[in-house]
Amino acid sequence: MTTFLLSCVLVFLGGAIGGIGRFFVSGLVARRFGETFPWGTLTVNVIGCGAIGILAAVMLDSATQGPSNLPLWAFFVTGGLGSFTTVSSFALQTLALARAGEPLDAVLNIAVSLAACLLAVASGFGAAHALLGA
Amino acid sequence: MRSWGLETMPRQARLLMAVALGAASGSLLRYLSSLAALALLGSGFAWGTLFVNVAGSFLIGLYSTLTEPDGRIMAGPILRQGVLTGFCGGFTTFSVFSLETFLLLQAHAFGAAALNVAASVLLWLVAVWVGYRIGTRLNRLKGS
Repeated sequence: MTTFLLSCVLVFLGGAIGGIGRFFVSGLVARRFGETFPWGTLTVNVIGCGAIGILAAVMLDSATQGPSNLPLWAFFVTGGLGSFTTVSSFALQTLALARAGEPLDAVLNIAVSLAACLLAVASGFGAAHALLGA
Repeated sequence: MRSWGLETMPRQARLLMAVALGAASGSLLRYLSSLAALALLGSGFAWGTLFVNVAGSFLIGLYSTLTEPDGRIMAGPILRQGVLTGFCGGFTTFSVFSLETFLLLQAHAFGAAALNVAASVLLWLVAVWVGYRIGTRLNRLKGS
């Protein structure tokens, strides 16, 4: 029970930090590269996926696929990186592209997001494993 | 709503607080949803992540439409960002979805991985569209 309550507090705190981080990074990218294509959301999602790949390699038990340290996982992964990345903004921006008569950009956003995010997880995971010598 | 003197805070600080609080509560609700899905449906498929991402996509479509300038609900920019960027953003997650898909691929569960990607993207987009359509309908309703 105490582990559960501790995890709740850590997810809450990590979620606040991840959300603020997403707000800053996606805003920075959107101002720098324009808002006709959702570069900001794509950027936070790819960065967050690379980071979750690294943390999964470091913290997940290879046999059970469960985290070795629950509180650390709750803070950094469930809270922090979970909140740093977003599906809701991705979905809303894809709909906005389709409604604005840019169906090609909408399809491109879906394809690039999925491909880049999965590649980022795999790269982060593989790189961390190689560096750890596992 | 009482503001407990928060109106004296600088605007940017109030905006950051709204995003932080929204993201924190969205993340906590996502964590509890995943625990509930695990208890109810088992660990064979990532139902918890699918549920929060679909529900969050619906909510962002609905709330963003209802709070548009000519929308039915009057919400200031700070509340709006708190709900959309904060809560919906914190509630949904692309990183955990990608990690779960990657772990399925690593376990050679290629069918489950492909199904997770296809069903997720389809349902996210349908959900945000349904939210937007319901919001548009509600905005058009006459009277009260």
